[in-house]
Amino acid sequence: MYDSKPMVSSINTSVAHLSLHNVSKVFPGRSSLLDRVLRRTSKEFVALGNIDLDVAPNTFVSIIGPSGCGKSTLLNIIAGLSQPTTGSVTIHGQSVTAPGPDRGVVFQNYALMPWMTVAENIQFAVETVYPMMAIAERKAIIQDYIALVGLRGAEAKHPHELSGGMKQRVGIARALAINPQILLMDEPFGALDALTRGFLQDEIERIWEQERKTVLLITHSIEEALLLSDQIVMMTRGPAAQIAQVLDVPFPRPRKREELDQYPGYHALKTAMEQHLSYETRAVEESRVRK
Amino acid sequence: MTHDVLQSARPRTKALTLNSNQRALILFVVILLVFLGLWELGTKLKLFLPIMPSASQTISDFWFWISDPFFDNGPNDQGIGLLLMTSLRRVLTGFLLGSAIAIPLGILIGLSEVVSKAVDPFIQILRPVSPLAWLPLGLALMRDSEKTALFVIAITSIWPTLINTKFGVSNVDPTYINVARTLGASRWRTITKVILPAAAPHIVAGLRISLGIAWLVIVAAEILLSGGIGYFVWNEWNNLKITSVITAILIVGLVGLVMDRVFGLLQHWVSFGQRS
Ligand SMILES: Nc1ncnc2c1ncn2[C@@H]1O[C@H](COP(=O)(O)OP(=O)(O)OP(=O)(O)O)[C@@H](O)[C@H]1O
Ligand SMILES: [Mg+2]
Repeated sequence: MYDSKPMVSSINTSVAHLSLHNVSKVFPGRSSLLDRVLRRTSKEFVALGNIDLDVAPNTFVSIIGPSGCGKSTLLNIIAGLSQPTTGSVTIHGQSVTAPGPDRGVVFQNYALMPWMTVAENIQFAVETVYPMMAIAERKAIIQDYIALVGLRGAEAKHPHELSGGMKQRVGIARALAINPQILLMDEPFGALDALTRGFLQDEIERIWEQERKTVLLITHSIEEALLLSDQIVMMTRGPAAQIAQVLDVPFPRPRKREELDQYPGYHALKTAMEQHLSYETRAVEESRVRK
Repeated sequence: MTHDVLQSARPRTKALTLNSNQRALILFVVILLVFLGLWELGTKLKLFLPIMPSASQTISDFWFWISDPFFDNGPNDQGIGLLLMTSLRRVLTGFLLGSAIAIPLGILIGLSEVVSKAVDPFIQILRPVSPLAWLPLGLALMRDSEKTALFVIAITSIWPTLINTKFGVSNVDPTYINVARTLGASRWRTITKVILPAAAPHIVAGLRISLGIAWLVIVAAEILLSGGIGYFVWNEWNNLKITSVITAILIVGLVGLVMDRVFGLLQHWVSFGQRS
């Protein structure tokens, strides 16, 4: 379906697909003369401490952690939208410094172009990444992905005519349609109601069974992480957030939401995550109160 | 209690269902009639200066101008339609010239902070100047009243479009740009497919303001130059035909309203539910 890119052709499954080495992020503070005059100086802020992470090919990894710990910062660094202060991100051993279509990004606020229809939003992505592709093939791909996310019939709608759930389906279709090696999702369902969210989680599970990409998903939902992931990365609170623990989720696939709690080890995993999150979150809240 | 109120209210609203638009229309007609009535009465009772025509006289003269808009008995005796065409042609040509400068320049300064800072002093100094102050300069440079009119209108049309275009381009939602970046879009593709459509509502808003101001200015410019509806106003004043002056005022207002509405539609059309 696609011209294979040189990087894809030499997949070595023993090598980590995505590696983070010693990645940290410091946001510079404000201390210019003007800031000092206006009394709005701020100290520099160490968002991420040294993060090391290896993600094997075709695994689904969730990142979970207290609010504000730096999950989005981490994802943006992997996407190439922001630069790490120290350390490096490598994909198949090659370091990444800029965004690129080998990583598909699903944004939390959908980020659809309001002036493009559903089909045009996806077309924009496919055209940008594969400018030489024949029109017929491009159309077929767009139709395939619209069908994959269940949006047949809505091709000609503009984003303001769609519900939040539909918008996020377009976001997912757009990210998948460029056939990225890695799919990065920053709380894709955060803004959706519980039912739509559950429905889309099931869709993601189904799509992942078909596409088996390397996926990084940021989430606040323990159930979501347990339903979808092969591994769950738990982060500590900031500043200088770290990876506290990486949990393996060995449940067989395809997974069913209703049967999730019957898999052996489910309750132990869930309890571990709840404890971690409540401990870290309480610490965050207490430090806020002290301020 | 509230139950009673609802029940008693229901049949009444059914008998006389007027939505707010209809009520506004009625009020509009009432205000208009009261105004015309007072005007008529005032002239009958000789409350105004003798030069002031009565409302009925004005309406019949208004009708005279409207009913035969395209007669042409030489440059000083033309139908109101021909006069309007002259003014509209000048405004639209000047507006197009001005926009052809303002939009590309606005995009450029919206994209480049350096260019923006470099050009800003020029803009800030020239923008507050009354467009009519350019008129003598235009005459000196062009030695032609037609070209001077275009020159003045073009300069008038530049500023709102320029500033709005710059604002729209430099304030594109960064997530749209991030989408383009993650796809590896070229700079040119990002500008044409993302930044310009995202800025379009602001650009059109700027054009709308520019055209409105250009239409304001053309009347004044034509009073000083010649031809068109502005010259007509001045000419009729010199002939002490106040009814014609009032007719011209109304027609200038109506044409301005129509142009504004057209741009309002265009603005809606490029907005796609975005705030603009
Ligand atoms: N541009 C910036 N400048 C300064 N500080 C920043 C900047 N961006 C983020 N931060 C800080 O870095 C920390 C991590 O932010 P980030 O958005 O990555 O958190 P998060 O884990 O995604 O939170 P949430 O779960 O609420 O989305 C926060 O404390 C935030 O205040
Ligand atoms: Mg976040």
